[in-house]
Amino acid sequence: MKNPLDSISGTIVSGLILTVILYVFLKNFILAGV
Amino acid sequence: MEIAAIARWAHFLAGITWIGLLYYFNLVQVPALKDAAADGTAAGITKHVAPRALLWFRWSAVATWLAGAALLGPNLAAAFTLQPEMAPIGIGAWLGTIMLFNVWVLIWPNQQKILGMKPATDEEKAKARRVALLASRTNMMLSIPMLFFMAGGLSHRAAFGF
Repeated sequence: MKNPLDSISGTIVSGLILTVILYVFLKNFILAGV
Repeated sequence: MEIAAIARWAHFLAGITWIGLLYYFNLVQVPALKDAAADGTAAGITKHVAPRALLWFRWSAVATWLAGAALLGPNLAAAFTLQPEMAPIGIGAWLGTIMLFNVWVLIWPNQQKILGMKPATDEEKAKARRVALLASRTNMMLSIPMLFFMAGGLSHRAAFGF
């Protein structure tokens, strides 16, 4: 499998996916019940 | 003027310099060097442009982190331990810290080998190129969520639910 960081578009898409993952982590594990 | 206001101002100034140069490296210099190497004009970039860009890049990274730490002030520990009220900025702070580590531990030492500031064999230079590129691309990737969480403020309160 090609490393997504080898291309600019792959890097940006990876960054957007990571943003969603961290947002879901924050909402459901850190801020749950706040 | 309060320390926090000066720290925020310095954090933005240094941060724009750092991340601006990060995007310059990834979007402009890396593809330009590929083309320049093909027509034998890469020396101008590697000798005159890259060292200057790297100087501002690595020190603006330090200045950004220090100004950010000053801005967090007494909330520094709460941010890094992701206490709920400081968790969004805490995630941004962790990402920024990882990026600072990448600059000084992975990008800069390998760029010194690539640019001939440190002795290295051709094999070591090839390896250094790969490590530096991946570290730089990792920082570009991390900058996307980092800016989302750093720039949270009032506009993101609804998204975070408080």
